[in-house]
Amino acid sequence: MTAAVATAPSIANPTAAPGRRRVVMAWLVIVIGLVVVWEGAKWLFGDPWRIHTSLLGLPIDIEHIPPFKSRIATDLSLPHVWKVVGAFIEPAQRNGPPLGLILAGQALFTFREALIGFVFGGLLGLLLGVGFVHSKLAERAFVPYVVASQTVPILAISPLIVVATKAGWVSVAIISAYLTFFPVTIAALRGLRAADPRAFELMRSYAATKRNVLWKLRLPTSVPYLFSSLRVAAAASVIGAIIGELPSGIPDGLGSALLNYNQYYTSGPERLWATIVMCSIVGLGFVGLVRLGEVLLTRNRYRPQESR
Amino acid sequence: MADQDPAGALVVEATGVGKTFGDAETSVTALQDIDLSIRSGEFVSLIGPSGCGKSTLLRLIGDLTSPSGGSIKVNGKPAQRARLDRDYGMVFQAPVLMDWRTVAKNIELPLEIMGYAAAERAKRSAELTKLVELEGFEGRHPWQLSGGMQQRVAIARALAFDPKLLLMDEPFGALDEMTRERMNLELMRIWSRTKTTIVFVTHSIPEAVFLSTRVVVMSARPGRISKIVDIDLPQPRNVDTRETERYFELVTEVREALRSREREAAAPDVDRIRAEGLA
Repeated sequence: MTAAVATAPSIANPTAAPGRRRVVMAWLVIVIGLVVVWEGAKWLFGDPWRIHTSLLGLPIDIEHIPPFKSRIATDLSLPHVWKVVGAFIEPAQRNGPPLGLILAGQALFTFREALIGFVFGGLLGLLLGVGFVHSKLAERAFVPYVVASQTVPILAISPLIVVATKAGWVSVAIISAYLTFFPVTIAALRGLRAADPRAFELMRSYAATKRNVLWKLRLPTSVPYLFSSLRVAAAASVIGAIIGELPSGIPDGLGSALLNYNQYYTSGPERLWATIVMCSIVGLGFVGLVRLGEVLLTRNRYRPQESR
Repeated sequence: MADQDPAGALVVEATGVGKTFGDAETSVTALQDIDLSIRSGEFVSLIGPSGCGKSTLLRLIGDLTSPSGGSIKVNGKPAQRARLDRDYGMVFQAPVLMDWRTVAKNIELPLEIMGYAAAERAKRSAELTKLVELEGFEGRHPWQLSGGMQQRVAIARALAFDPKLLLMDEPFGALDEMTRERMNLELMRIWSRTKTTIVFVTHSIPEAVFLSTRVVVMSARPGRISKIVDIDLPQPRNVDTRETERYFELVTEVREALRSREREAAAPDVDRIRAEGLA
């Protein structure tokens, strides 16, 4: 028996969400596991180290020589976890603010570009989806190009966009939108058609206009589909923004930080790693915001367990 | 038979209606030579084996599909005109409720589409919630209701804009026997209150006899009307109706009508299969 108009959700117990505590625990376990693997690799394959100091008057002298050697686990390619964490606190330049603070500022800048790209890309993606759903001809004519647009390496076309638009962070937002619209279009194509066929017949029996059907049936039905794609799009928009920053020479974002610390990698590999961590924090944070929006918007819906 | 209520105007008038699906080579004849008149205030059930086209006939009346031949008039107009004029309400086997809308908002859906003012919508919705006895559940969402309650919301929604005709396609087919019988009583009460003409598709003989003023018995391959049984049980019908002798007689009559057609329909098929097997 289907209560829901959307055909996707099936019978499930809406109250059976795993506890928040368990989610946090699982997350912690994964982080700890990652650190263990990371440091384990260094223990086995990394560079030898020696601690020669004294603690409370007691001399300490520990030496570790890893049994194997591999280039990927040297301090240069894989700095110790605490060094990466420490890089956030240490100043990037002598007497300057800590790197973490600088990175946070740059992250905010990049996030703003990504957000603008996400909003425009998302709207464009949805509009395309709505257009395609209403015109089979347009769908057949243009969807292949939409797909083709994503097979072009973004790295190759981002300098073109930057040069052509000469618009600073706006061109970055355009590149971000370029990566964002695609998953939304694909999800819209599916979600806007996902309603129960009988719901369409019901609309027909009301002599509903296409606009009625769109607003009262198609769009509400597509919301869960759209949010799945918006999560993908949020992550992609951050990547798009960072990639867009590289050729545009914008100094205020994470893109320039990546370029910078990449250049001086040998003198401080942990800084590049810290920047990478910051990039993924921005992406994760953005995806988390989208998820929050989804929860708020679909509170009243019948939700299958697997979407929790 | 249509003269039962001579005062009532013709609500549905089907003449020589046929419906085939598929293209010329793979065509399946779902309906053939259907003549049926339904007058205002009637409760007509369509019953028959699966594949007899009873749902197709209902959908033709509602202009959810168009006939391959013949004509269908609803309220004296072509079926399409009647649909565009919002002359009928529709109830499916599944409630087909919008799970993002509350009970009240689901009932208001057709009213929103038809451009009723908010105050009028709220008023109608409150009246109908009362009619289907769902007071107190206005703010609930469909998935928080039982199957029977969901179907009651669907009925309220179909009646929200006061259509002259209610089309119901096995509305209680997914409910358990006890809920179904209760819903039958409910429907009788609603019907007597609203005076809506109802066309009701079912595959349950007791249900058809209990509810209807006429039962249209159909046969399959191709779908035809094989017999129309007048149900002269007194109104209003209630729990006791199911225990009267006349009720059992009529149930038997409908069952006989269904069985005789089955035998006839089955026979040539067997012959054909045998012939093909030998050839």
